[in-house]
Order: sequence, then C-alpha cells, then structure tokens
Amino acid sequence: MIKIEHLSKTYTSHKGNVVALEDISLEIAQGAIYGIIGLSGAGKSTLVRCLNRLEEPTGGQILIDGQDITKLSGKALRETRQTIGMIFQHFHLLQSRTVGENIAFPLEIAGYKKNKIKPRVEELLQLVGLADKADAYPSQLSGGQKQRVGIARALATRPKVLLCDEATSALDPQTTVSILNLLRDINQQFGLTIVIITHEMKVIKEICSDVAVIDASKIVENGPVEQVFIQPQSAIAKEFISSVFPNELPGDLLRELATHADSEIIRIHFLGSRASDPIIADLMKDCQVRANILYGSIDHLRSTLFGTLTLELQGSKEQLAKAHTYLDERGLKMEVIQNGI
Amino acid sequence: MGFDWSIMATPGYWPNMVHVLTPALLETLYMVIVSTVLAYIIGVPLGVILVISSPGHILPTPWVERILGTIVNIFRSVPFIILLVFLIPFTRKLIGTSIGTTAAIVPLVISSAPFVARMVESSLKEVPYGVIEAALSMGASPWQIIYKVLLPEAKASLILGFAITTISVIGYTAMAGAVGGGGLGALAIDYGYNRFRTDVMLITVILLVLIVQGIQSIGTSFARKLTSH
Repeated sequence: MIKIEHLSKTYTSHKGNVVALEDISLEIAQGAIYGIIGLSGAGKSTLVRCLNRLEEPTGGQILIDGQDITKLSGKALRETRQTIGMIFQHFHLLQSRTVGENIAFPLEIAGYKKNKIKPRVEELLQLVGLADKADAYPSQLSGGQKQRVGIARALATRPKVLLCDEATSALDPQTTVSILNLLRDINQQFGLTIVIITHEMKVIKEICSDVAVIDASKIVENGPVEQVFIQPQSAIAKEFISSVFPNELPGDLLRELATHADSEIIRIHFLGSRASDPIIADLMKDCQVRANILYGSIDHLRSTLFGTLTLELQGSKEQLAKAHTYLDERGLKMEVIQNGI
Repeated sequence: MGFDWSIMATPGYWPNMVHVLTPALLETLYMVIVSTVLAYIIGVPLGVILVISSPGHILPTPWVERILGTIVNIFRSVPFIILLVFLIPFTRKLIGTSIGTTAAIVPLVISSAPFVARMVESSLKEVPYGVIEAALSMGASPWQIIYKVLLPEAKASLILGFAITTISVIGYTAMAGAVGGGGLGALAIDYGYNRFRTDVMLITVILLVLIVQGIQSIGTSFARKLTSH
C-alpha cells in the first residue's frame, strides 16, 4: 500500500544543514494501523508530512498504491492529496465555519456538488457522534469534539489513507482512549490504512498493528506490535515499552537477590491464551524449582492479552535447566535477567 | 476680540448652516467612499500577494515580496500633503484636471492603497499556518486557500482594518480639501480659518468626530459579532 524507500530529508539554511530523516525504508500494508513512535525531534513528524508532501523529501521514493508521490506536482499532487486524509495535534479547524461547514470544506475543494455535500456531511457527523453539533463553531467544542470534527473532515472525501500527526497528544487520557477507539472503528469499518505518529507508547499499545521506532532521524526497529513488545531490540524501544509495561526491578532488590545461591531471576512474556495457563504451578511441580514472584503485570496489547512475569527461580543447575526447557516447550519467551549460579 | 457665539441664536442661522454643510458633507462622503473602495480594490490583492509570497507561505517568492514591499514602503513614507502636490501632473493626465473633488480621489487612492495592503497583510498573517496546511493536505489550490481560508478566517481583523483605513482616509480628505478638493476640510479652512467663523469650524469638527466614531463603532461591533461564537 505505502512503500517508503530510502527517504531522506535535510533542511538547509544559512546556519548549516540539519538532517531530519536519513535513509528511511518502510512498508505499510493495506488496512494496517501503523504507529511511528519517537521522541520529539526524532523526525517522526517530518516523516508523516512527507507522505502527503507537506514537507518536500530531499531523496528517496514514496509509493502509494504503486504511484511515486515524490514525482507529483501541481494538479496531480492536489488530486492525490484528496485521497490522503490528515488529522493534527491542534486540529486546525476553520474558526469562521461551523462544524458542518468544516466537514464540507474538503468536499468543496474536491468540487462536490452542493446537493452531494449535505448528505455526506450528515453521514460523517453521525459517524463521529456529533450529529447535534452541526451548527456549533469550533470554539464551542471540547478538545475531543474538535478532533472528532478533524476526523470527519479528513474522511469526507473517502481517502485510502489517514495520517495522524500527534492526533491525541493535546487530549486528556480519557479522551485519547475515545479518539483511539473511533480510529479503530473506522479502520475496521472501512479498511482504511492509518499511519499514526506519536510519542506515547500507550497509543501504539492500544490500536497499532505495526510499529516503527524512529530515533535520531533513523528507523531503529520495526515490525508487528507483538513482536516489538516481546523482543525489543533497541534501547529506545525498551524504554518506550517500559513506559507502558514497567518491569524494572529496584536496584537494591537486585543486589540483595544476587547474594542468593542457586537462584536466577527470569522474565517471562505471555501473549494471548498463554496468559491463562497455570505456568508457575507446573514449573514447581514438574521441575521441582521454587518460584518466587517478584513482579507481574497483565494488560491488553490491542485486543490480545499481554503479560510479563518476573520470577526468582531457586534450584540446582539441572532443575533450572529443566525449567528453561519446560518454558521453551510451551513457546514462552523467557529472558534471564540475573544469574546467581 | 472673542467670537460672538450669540450668532447661533439668530433666526435663519441653522437652515443656512445646513445649506452650507450639506454639499461639503456629501463631497467628503463621495471622496471617502470612492477612494476607500478603489484603495481596497488595489490594496487587497497587494496584501494577499505580500503574504503568500513571503518565505514559508504557500507560494514563497522572495523577489516578488521584496519588490512589492519596497514599492509599498516608498508610497507609505511620502507624507500625504507632498504626494498630493507631487501627483498633480499625473492626476491631470488621468482625469483631465488636478482640481476638485474627483481629482482629489487620485492621490487619496494612491496613498491609501499601500496602507490597505499592509493592513490586509497583517490581518492575513494572523491566520495560523496550521489551518492553511490542513487545507493543503486536502488538496486545496493556492486560489482556494486565498478565498476559502485566508480571507474568511481573517474576516474580523479585516473589518477592523477597514474601519481604521476609512477613518484615516477621512483625515486625508480634509487635507485634500486644503488644495481644492472640497469637502468638510475645505469648509473648515475657508469659513473657520480664513473668515474667522469659529462656529463653522467647530460644527465641522463635531461632524467629523461623529462620522469617525460611527465608523469605528460599526466596525468594532461587526468584528465582535464574527468572533463571539
């Protein structure tokens, strides 16, 4: 659907060059909710703005449905932009227009006839749950309502792709969840491909199917969300994940545990139905190790259960090896954090 | 020797005053309305070009912005009374005479159009660029951005600017009056200054104050109505 190849962007000014994007290659599948996460200044906003050419890339290609959009200009670019919706952190609604008129705006731009605009606007108001606000002005709405208008406006011309530039960053946690739910519904209902730029791992955790981690202008890691959450490769990805699944043990506890003989500390990750298996009981019974639960958490990763469990296992070398095999056989991802043997 | 205010109580004073004031008032209104309208016809496009050609806007063109900006600055820095005299040959060529109410409109327009351009420019610059980007992301053309985003979003500020411009044009017409343009300004000088009729001067000034107040109030209330929602 979207194929980014060796994309780069360098800002040139009289003060010198600033590299914003360096050799970015990504593939975003049709119907995916693709999250791009990074700290501020990492280049993520530049990346998403290159996708509809609000920013001009300095190198590379962006293929959307096989069409290289970096080569477009003038009318062809404007027509392509009509197939790519975008929502913003600060909504960017027209203050002089009512909610209904704001949603009609992209339709007017695309040259829809007046009698086609009205029913479409009503349909969209219904979709985002603002049917009673058609005649209100943006200044009379809450942040969440403004973003709903933004979403309705972005979907008006039935785009294939929806770009979200920090769309929930200006909203409170509850409103964020309701906006994310709306995006998920839209994704499922219309099969719309959604690209989400964010600095909040919570957003990725809630709705994304895939994630790319961007750091210092480069993609450091990407893949399906479950894979990245279970086996993060980069330090920055680990840091982001620990922001939603904190599992670091306090240092003084680790030091104390290190003095224990014949023990090790392991962390197990569960996904889906595995989360409901009686693992610890089986470990103790089958492998004769003693397990001491240090930390555990269970949460949703999109709609699947995702859990981590940090254990201290006590037993002989053989017993511990048996325990590892046991976990392996059950397909549980395990890492040894500290080995006291 | 003070002015004898009792003259105002003599029979026939007020009808006579109305008779003198009405044509002058009409001349002033004629000059103000025609000049302001023409100044806006020239100034709005100039203001729009100044904004959209500036760096980082929808059609950045540094040379256009620089040349236009310089021309606007030149006309704005020449004092009106000097421009008035300086433009006499041009006015004569354009409309056949350099004296009279219609002739005064030429320098009035030429001096107000750059003023309008700057007023429009500053109003349009108040429109947050994010809104323009949102329109760009929907595939809007530069023309659509001008008439569907920039101008409507800046409407309240443009109306306030319109009130300020009209008021400053009224001030200019009084000056134009001094060099044969007619209107309330000429009346005040002819009667009030040259013929020691302080009463006429006073009434003219009151009339001008009322007109200015009226325009400002209308402008402010319109602008408030647009931004109150």
